[in-house]
Amino acid sequence: MTAPTSSVITLHINGEPHTLTVDHRTTLLDALRERLGLTGTKKGCDHGQCGACTVLLDGRRALACLQLAVATEGRAVTTVEGVADGDRLHPVQQAFLELDGYQCGYCTPGQICSALAVLEEHAAGWPSAVTADLRPEAGPPALTDDEIRERMSGNLCRCAAYPAIVRAVARAAQERPGESGTVAA
Amino acid sequence: MREFHYRRPARVSDALALLGTDPGARPLAGGTNLVDLMKTGVERPALLVDLRDLPLDRIEATPDGGLRIGATATNSDLAAHPDVRRRYPALAQAVLAGASGQVRIMATVGGNLLQRTRCGYFTAPATTTACNKRAPGSGCAAIAGEHRNHAVLGATEHCVAVHPSDMAVALTAFDATVTYETADGTGELPLAGLYRPVGGTPHLETALPTGALITGVVLPPAPVAAASRYRKVRERASYAFAIGSLAAALDVRDGTVRDVRLAFGAVASHPWRARRAERALTGGPADATAFAAAADAELAAARPLPHNGHKLPLLRTLAVAVLTELAQEAAR
Ligand SMILES: Cc1cc2nc3c(=O)[nH]c(=O)nc-3n(C[C@H](O)[C@H](O)[C@H](O)COP(=O)(O)OP(=O)(O)OC[C@H]3O[C@@H](n4cnc5c(N)ncnc54)[C@H](O)[C@@H]3O)c2cc1C
Ligand code: SF4
Ligand code: FES
Ligand code: FES
Repeated sequence: MTAPTSSVITLHINGEPHTLTVDHRTTLLDALRERLGLTGTKKGCDHGQCGACTVLLDGRRALACLQLAVATEGRAVTTVEGVADGDRLHPVQQAFLELDGYQCGYCTPGQICSALAVLEEHAAGWPSAVTADLRPEAGPPALTDDEIRERMSGNLCRCAAYPAIVRAVARAAQERPGESGTVAA
Repeated sequence: MREFHYRRPARVSDALALLGTDPGARPLAGGTNLVDLMKTGVERPALLVDLRDLPLDRIEATPDGGLRIGATATNSDLAAHPDVRRRYPALAQAVLAGASGQVRIMATVGGNLLQRTRCGYFTAPATTTACNKRAPGSGCAAIAGEHRNHAVLGATEHCVAVHPSDMAVALTAFDATVTYETADGTGELPLAGLYRPVGGTPHLETALPTGALITGVVLPPAPVAAASRYRKVRERASYAFAIGSLAAALDVRDGTVRDVRLAFGAVASHPWRARRAERALTGGPADATAFAAAADAELAAARPLPHNGHKLPLLRTLAVAVLTELAQEAAR
């Protein structure tokens, strides 16, 4: 028997099921870090304001600090620990590494998860606040530096590694399969 | 945070039964506002009813050429929807101007409408300061304190907080209706009537009956909305709440205003439909002088506080700039 303010849940994280009892007050972020030892996902503000805790939920980016663990049952969670293919880094990770898209690295797991999703959202044709022509007929806008900055604006970096982060995301965008390489700066 | 029970019903009727029986029950949508406020103790629900499995996330055209948006449709799906981008571009822009990519993916339409104010005295973890919204009768610390971003229209001496939603500003300009259900049946409210006037009861924010679940938002057909724009002024280029914003739509033929829609954001406890300005413009010339005069007519009722008077010239400039752009585009 568990108390009615806690539940036994199974979280699917990076392809692995994890069954645990959680107090309903537990956020996904605290479950990952404190209960499952997955400390790659960082806690910055704990209030949805910095993006350090960004993970993917069913492939879309989400803030683990505002996501209750109990409400995450049945959804696929990808954390930064699940981004690489074994020892082979994901092209987004490789780009951050090669272009120094960080200084202290604290915001980096969130930046990487966010960047992965930004590339998917852009490929799916989602507009952003700086997209000039919103009409669907206009097609996805070129992934310019301005588009990257706006789409990545939910991820703050206290070290202000922003110029290199933008370069890394642009590089990863260019390396997408089928990308002509003419778009990014 | 107070301990709470959690349920995730699959049917609307089950959700309504839960919301109708437990006075401490609250719907949980994206949680981006509710969970945040639970952490600081502002919200203390006894039961969260998770809306995730309810079939309320569709966005579809209505037979008359309007749009029906499910309450649990996410903000990002709304902004990406082809009909929204084509027929109500200011709505897509308003949503995209709000929060961040991560927040928009989690946030829902119903939750966005019912998000609480960002007044710092209201959201603070400790209840040591006066806040009528949080502790009715305790006073309002903002009036003599920090109120740079508070209301200039429609406020009272009991509360000067603004509603922070961008999306709701565009929905208000386009005459949206909110549909809801309770255990006893269905109902609807014009969005302008969803938010109660502040009066002496700023803690009573909406006209929804107890236990109500918002099921969706209906946009009537609005050909004028095809030429519409949302512009938001904030302290940084992205990921910040508005200092002032405007949703505008304009139909100009031969230099004359045939139809116009205007709503201001971040100026009042609810999105502010600028009907006075709309009336001043309709049938008249579409030029900068007329736009400025219309903005002045609307803002004549404003009562700025000692530290937020900057909003008035900002809103006027915003109205003239956006309407001028729309008029120029119509002339092309
Ligand atoms: C860092 C940050 C920045 C932000 N910036 C902006 C911004 O610039 N502009 C802007 O507009 N917003 C902004 N937001 C606010 C954000 O848009 C809202 O938090 C979000 O839209 C709320 O939606 P939700 O689904 O997460 O609601 P929840 O947090 O789940 O719920 C909010 C409230 O609505 C109630 N509720 C939810 N759905 C229903 C329903 N169907 N029926 C009845 N009641 C319901 C809940 O019980 C709760 O009281 C920001 C948020 C954060 C964290
Ligand atoms: S403005 Fe409203 S929310 Fe802010 S302190 Fe005053 S009463 Fe509270
Ligand atoms: S820790 Fe989640 S957004 Fe800052
Ligand atoms: S690299 Fe230090 S916070 Fe971003």
